[in-house]
Amino acid sequence: MSVSVRVPTILRTYTKDAAEVTAEGDTLKAVLADLEANYPGIQARILDDSGKVRRFVNVYVGDEDVRFADGLDTVIADGSQVSIIPAVAGG
Amino acid sequence: MSLPPLVEPADELTVDEVRRYSRHLIIPDVGMDGQKRLKNAKVLVVGAGGLGSPALLYLAAAGVGTLGIIDFDVVDESNLQRQVIHGQSDVGKPKAESARESIEEVNPYTTVVLHKERLDSSNALEIFDGYDLVLDGTDNFATRYLVNDACVLLNIPYVWGSIFRFDGQVSVFWNEHGPNYRDLYPEPPPPGMVPSCAEGGVLGVLCASIGSVMVNEAIKLIAGIGDPLVGRLMIFDALEMTWKTVKVRKDPEGEPITGLIDYEEFCGTVSDEAQEAAADSTITARELKEKMDNGEDFYLVDVREKHEYDIVNIPGSVLIPKGEFLNGEAFGKLPQDKQVVLHCKSGQRSAEALSALKGAGFGDAVHVGGGVLAWVNQVDPSLPAY
Repeated sequence: MSVSVRVPTILRTYTKDAAEVTAEGDTLKAVLADLEANYPGIQARILDDSGKVRRFVNVYVGDEDVRFADGLDTVIADGSQVSIIPAVAGG
Repeated sequence: MSLPPLVEPADELTVDEVRRYSRHLIIPDVGMDGQKRLKNAKVLVVGAGGLGSPALLYLAAAGVGTLGIIDFDVVDESNLQRQVIHGQSDVGKPKAESARESIEEVNPYTTVVLHKERLDSSNALEIFDGYDLVLDGTDNFATRYLVNDACVLLNIPYVWGSIFRFDGQVSVFWNEHGPNYRDLYPEPPPPGMVPSCAEGGVLGVLCASIGSVMVNEAIKLIAGIGDPLVGRLMIFDALEMTWKTVKVRKDPEGEPITGLIDYEEFCGTVSDEAQEAAADSTITARELKEKMDNGEDFYLVDVREKHEYDIVNIPGSVLIPKGEFLNGEAFGKLPQDKQVVLHCKSGQRSAEALSALKGAGFGDAVHVGGGVLAWVNQVDPSLPAY
């Protein structure tokens, strides 16, 4: 499955400034692993040391937060969009 | 989802007020009823900065009867690129006072209440009590969580917006009718991981994009019109020029909010490791100058980003961004036989890098407290500050 991943500004240092990249995988876990293979370091900004999604980052598949779906096991349909949304506090 | 109006209507509008607000009054959804509700509304704006500036101006222009402003800061020249409520002649003036003067010029019918103290757990509930709605445009996580928790405890809707570089996020949190901020972001990021606008920058006009949505939502809640942004998060990308909307739900694992906590401790300003590393290993900008003047042999490293280095730098410094200290790439570039001296913009990032550097065995390394800003301030005022 090929999906597009929206990368927030603060993580674009890993994607050479690309705002959107493509990744492969049937589940979110696989998509993030594929992302890590192509953009080393990015996964650690999304997952903590125990492999869970960090509590100040939200990952959406379509418009649904995966915390309220199946988390990292959330199934990714072909062509869906994964968005990474980190907490920012600027004002 | 529509919600009942937040505010009861005022008894009447004067002839002058009818003339002033006529373009609202002839919108059927607003009308006399909605405008009277705005007149009776008490809105508290936390921070008269980037988001607070357009928000306060438009809330005042819209006819909100009472505007509270919390800000303990003073206007700095670097604010004027985006904080349009302040002007050149306000530099050095308390932001709350400067904002009040602008509001009085926009709408003399708005009553302004100033809160010039620093908002914290000891005064938040007292200050918030009596306001119908809180709009938050502050620049740090500790205040965000404090404002959220106080709003939950007092059952006040919390209009929230946040900006960084070209990205904006905006939502309305109202625990009675939907999620609160902790449902969206249960915990703050560790200090040092997410740069602030002072570190990373922000496109000035982004404040208007996000601030105007915040005011739009405040008006809707007060007048009880339209679909409020409760349970939805809007994400703006100013480079791609896209708005994306995602759902925000109540977190079933969320802990109930029963009281205010120590938010500085909850969020941390500098990590424990960095504090420990910097404890006995911090020199002042003047001490750095003395080391140079005495001809001491040391290796000065600037851990900021290249575009910051291009704005201003300390003579003789070598640029190695903080990220290379955290991933270890920096260590191979450093001399083993000289003391390493780190600095950044104001001292936070260099403390984080120092912690990593000491962990890698550079025991005599130090960092410059206050960073290049202290250098400009204390050693070479001819250089620009940013």
